[in-house]
Amino acid sequence: MRNVDVRLITETVKELALDANSNIGKSFIDKLREALKKEKSEIGKNVIEQIIENDEIALENNEPMCQDTGLVVVFVELGYDVHLNGDLYDAINQGVREAYEAGLLRKSVAKHPISRGNTGDNTPAIIHVKLVPGDQIRILLAPKGGGSENMSLVKMLVPSDGIEGIKKLVLHTIFYAGGKPCPPLVVGIGLGGNLEKSALLAKEAIMRDLDDINPDPILRKLEEDLLSDINELGVGPMGFGGSTTALAVKINSYPCHIASLPVAINLQCHASRHKEKTI
Amino acid sequence: MKIKTPITDDVIKTLRAGNIVYITGTIFTGRDQAHKRMVETLEKEGELPHSLRGEIIYYVGPTPAKENRPIGSCGPTSSYRMDAYAKPLLAYGLKVMIGKGDRSDAFIKEMIKYQGVYLQAVGGAGALLSRKVKKSEVVLYEDLGAEAIYKLEVEDFPAIVTYDIYGGNMIVDEVKKYQTIKVD
Repeated sequence: MRNVDVRLITETVKELALDANSNIGKSFIDKLREALKKEKSEIGKNVIEQIIENDEIALENNEPMCQDTGLVVVFVELGYDVHLNGDLYDAINQGVREAYEAGLLRKSVAKHPISRGNTGDNTPAIIHVKLVPGDQIRILLAPKGGGSENMSLVKMLVPSDGIEGIKKLVLHTIFYAGGKPCPPLVVGIGLGGNLEKSALLAKEAIMRDLDDINPDPILRKLEEDLLSDINELGVGPMGFGGSTTALAVKINSYPCHIASLPVAINLQCHASRHKEKTI
Repeated sequence: MKIKTPITDDVIKTLRAGNIVYITGTIFTGRDQAHKRMVETLEKEGELPHSLRGEIIYYVGPTPAKENRPIGSCGPTSSYRMDAYAKPLLAYGLKVMIGKGDRSDAFIKEMIKYQGVYLQAVGGAGALLSRKVKKSEVVLYEDLGAEAIYKLEVEDFPAIVTYDIYGGNMIVDEVKKYQTIKVD
């Protein structure tokens, strides 16, 4: 048994939230540069150039790349052999609170979905905890913007819809979302499970390394086909028209009911912010 | 092309969908909650506590400003959420809206009727766009925090004319050029 002070969790969450909002990471900027070379539209090229310049300004000056500093999503993998001296959820929310105050990040959480208002400190975070073997804690944090989240959805298809039904749904969703989710996108897709499991799979999919290779050959082919098709939709950077609508498509799957084919599509804007640390 | 505020009807007549403009002068911020309040106030009183007739509204909720800086990160938010409030504001005299993304056909119809124009800035370029803002002060609804209405002084603020008074639609025109797969 390893004893861990919850203050370590708070400090880690704070560090990840501050870093995620100002530092998109070199590999993502490299992806944007690759896209810039291939983009067919002059307006589209200009948009990608502005995004790269923006991300560089944010990093150099340690300031948020986007004013929507998001609702914070935290995935925790907690080792069975860890003993915490306090509440895990409180510790995470305290880290969010401290980061959003210290980093001058926008407080973007409404108190109530109908009466609105603002919680004032960007809490509560959306927290997912998974128990895993060992005595370590892995924390993955993503400030998720409202624009791309608003264009995301879950649809319960049926088995006979198959691959063609999935493709149709994804292309329709991205085409009609246009510029609203801030393309170039990372498209996360959750296939299978049930209603809530598919949404979680899609969220986990957008956290994957953009260059990783899906071990499932069916999903790998679907990722490649969809990326190619999405970039033929013409939506382009920020929906201004062009050949770069998505930088990657990532699909995660899970077994499902014999009657169902749940499909969740979680869109990630070009401010693709997520950071992780294992303690 | 460079344009100075206020944007008069004569200037609006020269704007065509697809034009890239650089705006210098005064613009006002406003998003969901401020729009809700403005429309409620207009319904009751027919006038706003701070006139926005002939003005520009920029759909944005910035991050808090660092010391010695006029504003924090300040890119546009999605405009379609303000479509529900656009009609009374256009009827009142609002002329120019800046945001991101496409808007409803009903909005476009009202915008043309009142001879307004819709521009887009690059979404997610909040740090870059903050460099174009020279001054900022709250003029209305301070209690809304990031959603309050701020008066901004901007210099060469970049935007693209998206819908013009002649029915021009930059999104439809540009997407068509690169679309090779049709969707239902």
